[in-house]
Amino acid sequence: MALMRLTSPHAHGPMSTQRVMQYVLLATVPGIIVLTHFFGFGTLVNILWGCVVAIACESFALKLRGRPLGFYLKDCSALVTAFLLCIALPPYSPWWLIAVGIASSILLAKQLYGGLGYNPFNPAMAGYVILLISFPVQMTTWAPPLGAGGEVPGLWQALQACFTPGQYDAVTMATPLDVLKQNNSLLIEDLWQQNPQFGTFAGLGWEWANVAFLAGGAWLLYQRIFTWHAPVAMLASLSLLAAIFYDGGSSASGGSPLFHLFSGATMFGAFFIVTDPVTSAVSLRGRLIYGALIGVLVYLIRVRGNYPDAVAFAVLIMNFAAPFIDYYTQPRTYGHSDKRGEK
Amino acid sequence: MRKTFTFHGGIHPPENKHQSVRTPIADAGIPPELIIPLSQHIGAPAGVVVEIGQHVLKGQMIAEAQGFVSVPKHAPTSGTIHAIEDRLIAHPSGHLAPCIVIVPDGKDEWIECKGTPHYETVDKVKLIGLIRDAGVAGMGGAGFPSSVKLSVKAGTHIETLIINGTECEPYITADDALMRERAEQIIEGAKILRYIIGPQETLIGVEDNKPEGIAALRAAAQGTGIEVVDFPTKYPSGGEKQLIEILTGKQVPSGGLPSQVGVVCQNIGSTVAIYEAVVHGRPLISRVTTVTGNAVREPQNFQVLLGTPMRYLLEKAGYQPEKNRRMIMGGPMMGFTVPDIDVPIVKTTNCLLAPTEAELPTPPPAQACIRCGMCAEACPASLLPQQLFWFAQGKEFEKLEEHNLFDCIECGACSYACPSNIPLVQYYRASKAEILQQRRDHEKAEASRIRFESRQQRLEQAEAEKEAKRAARKKAAEQRAQSAGTDTGEDPIQAAIARAQAKKAAQQGAGDEQSELEKLEKTVVSAQKRLDTATTKLEQAKAEGSDFVEALQTGVEKTRTKLAAAEQALTAYQQSHNQAAAEQDAPPVDAAKAAIEKAMAKRQAEAAMSPLEKAQSDLAKLQQRLQKTEEKLAQSKANGDEEKVIVALESTVVRLSEKISATQQTLQAAEDA
Ligand code: SF4
Ligand code: SF4
Repeated sequence: MALMRLTSPHAHGPMSTQRVMQYVLLATVPGIIVLTHFFGFGTLVNILWGCVVAIACESFALKLRGRPLGFYLKDCSALVTAFLLCIALPPYSPWWLIAVGIASSILLAKQLYGGLGYNPFNPAMAGYVILLISFPVQMTTWAPPLGAGGEVPGLWQALQACFTPGQYDAVTMATPLDVLKQNNSLLIEDLWQQNPQFGTFAGLGWEWANVAFLAGGAWLLYQRIFTWHAPVAMLASLSLLAAIFYDGGSSASGGSPLFHLFSGATMFGAFFIVTDPVTSAVSLRGRLIYGALIGVLVYLIRVRGNYPDAVAFAVLIMNFAAPFIDYYTQPRTYGHSDKRGEK
Repeated sequence: MRKTFTFHGGIHPPENKHQSVRTPIADAGIPPELIIPLSQHIGAPAGVVVEIGQHVLKGQMIAEAQGFVSVPKHAPTSGTIHAIEDRLIAHPSGHLAPCIVIVPDGKDEWIECKGTPHYETVDKVKLIGLIRDAGVAGMGGAGFPSSVKLSVKAGTHIETLIINGTECEPYITADDALMRERAEQIIEGAKILRYIIGPQETLIGVEDNKPEGIAALRAAAQGTGIEVVDFPTKYPSGGEKQLIEILTGKQVPSGGLPSQVGVVCQNIGSTVAIYEAVVHGRPLISRVTTVTGNAVREPQNFQVLLGTPMRYLLEKAGYQPEKNRRMIMGGPMMGFTVPDIDVPIVKTTNCLLAPTEAELPTPPPAQACIRCGMCAEACPASLLPQQLFWFAQGKEFEKLEEHNLFDCIECGACSYACPSNIPLVQYYRASKAEILQQRRDHEKAEASRIRFESRQQRLEQAEAEKEAKRAARKKAAEQRAQSAGTDTGEDPIQAAIARAQAKKAAQQGAGDEQSELEKLEKTVVSAQKRLDTATTKLEQAKAEGSDFVEALQTGVEKTRTKLAAAEQALTAYQQSHNQAAAEQDAPPVDAAKAAIEKAMAKRQAEAAMSPLEKAQSDLAKLQQRLQKTEEKLAQSKANGDEEKVIVALESTVVRLSEKISATQQTLQAAEDA
């Protein structure tokens, strides 16, 4: 048998793209469990249905583009998009909302640009924003968390809510971020006491979901799936701004750093969205800047903008900026005194 | 403990070193046939000095060095020269190359060797000569002649001499085995190097995964002032640039040499070879090679004669061909696959790696780049491999250079780390080759553009001059006609001298024969220049990975042949030209003066000539010249002269013919007037 001719290197590390994606999926599990505990089966049903739609859309696009299905589906990137979008959607979303969102994510934001690796925008966040603009009502109705009055819906109700939305009587409640935004008279402390949405240090239920996503993110960091730069920079700039404008908890306060860190999609965004490699800056310094600016935007939109949560918008805006950040943050090459070609 | 530094990036691939160091270095013995390639990677091929059928002794020189960056070859054992022919050699390209084939007589009889144990009494330049004559070349990566590395430019201050015992590639243990078993020789070799270079400090850098080797070296180095420095294991800390950074904290400037930061590096194998060469007078005829991988039953290190076919060595280690689908020379990170196991072991063969499919699986097809940045995290040169990949795919060569593609040392860390299995290094190698090719093409095009433009200019100038002369003549004729008989006060002789001088000047600038000579001279000068730059580039590139260096090497070779050809053409032309001059019995005492005198005489005669007469004589002269040149051309063709000479002569013929027809036109005009 003739000997094979291959070029070096001949050895390959243990990491594969498929494995990266699977790790990300695995790392969302604690967060999903907490969400299910506090808000019922809505998120789980979202995810299951979302995955089905995602695989269908991905397969359809690959077929159209004449690519081998098995090879590209294997990278699990469609599943990651489905998970991330469905976690971000309100639980008990109707089936068509999820379908439209996933189709926008996979077909418009990803495959239209050439598939995985070529998409300039985070597909899940692009899909989210499209839905938010098109269906603002459905997108801002959240179920009340466990312990804020009423029963948490069971699996059957969740399925009903999803597939026969007309017959489902949704119980909704404003999220803590909404409450804070609408507040203009109460001191933070009073607000806390008067509203059942608030928990120990942030939103009821939300705080633990954030802790769970933080744990998942830390595990990914430990597995070296991504570097600490972007998430840490985002959390740091967000808390810095929150601290500056906390205003001692007055009625005009923007909320405490702790509240911002553990409310809404902060941790989920920091560790699962901001770290999306494809659409973020690449160099380490670039990631610091990218993450920090997202933190700033999140705070500004939360406190000053029209939408209560802001991670999706902030990320999309910074997706635009990523190539520029990359261009100006090239690392200094070995043996060069400064960056970019100069010696 | 000495402070060490670290470099950016790096990876920790499984080491797989233990398999081959369980037993001491074994002697591989004498194979039935030895194949010695004349060119072993870097430098001009050696020139054969033996004949087929000749009996040679062990250590006898069989091919001599040619040029500065070249080393001689020696017979690894006694025997008969069986053939001098092209054979398949271990090279990434899988090319055939000229080799000397020796059939050993089994006696292993040494030629007489004279050592220089008291080297401290010998001149350093002479020691470098000894090292070169012993054929010592770098025994890791690129195989650069050690003597060249040691010949540090005068005035360069060397602070640190580094002996590279890092051996960071997985699987390879050849240097480790040397450190364990021959620490004294390594230290002796280091002392010789220290004497030659005269650094402030001498360090031996070893990764901390070789505790036995470090202990042995430390014991042997006691009291010598040589320091054995260990540092954390990380691939590729054995890269010359990385090791320099680890030990000194300094970075070699991009495109520069280690000596620019006051460092000279040598590896362990070369240090032992230098010891053998200087102290015992023995040339480099064998080396330690690791044979490993799961497709050999007994992985181990061998002392093996250079030229031994890989097959012979593999069989000694219990090779199982059915388990093996690729044979790697070198390690799994930077080694290359050989086309056939009948290729010979050479000076740079530090390892034969015969992996099974399970051990080093065939890479799966590449997936899309997800821009995860794992490659950038791994890159020891702090490049952005994913950006480079992007630009390489789009063939954006300018961007590639802007992103410092040429600082990539092809260590493979990025490909290793890439989760999408993208063969990044392959893209970089291809792009580098393409860019180099483009540069060469561009230089060529530029040169021919300049040639074309200057020829165009010459032609235009000649045309303008002709035009001016014609006008002047017409005017003169008119004046003569007007003032016939009267003295205008113009001194015809002065005028003639001026004209002759002008003509001479014109000839020097654009004269047919002179310009040919000039052209040839220019070719020689520019070829020389190109050779110089190419050689410098080569030296600079020597540490930057084998493929690149090889490309430059062939470039240097080609330029050298071109230079030789140009020089030949020039001498041939000068000879033939001198002959012609002698035939014309023009004494070359003071050509200019003679020409002026001749011209004065001629012009005196011509002054009386009418334009018609002048044109006629011009024509006659030109025709004479044409005839002579044509004769010369025929002769050159018959002699089978260098093509350049013939082309030059041909173009002279063409131009003379052109002139003749021009003169004929003038004549016509004069007759009409
Ligand atoms: S490691 Fe591979 S997939 Fe990741 S950025 Fe580099 S080239 Fe792209
Ligand atoms: S092969 Fe080149 S780009 Fe890749 S890690 Fe090594 S130096 Fe960096």
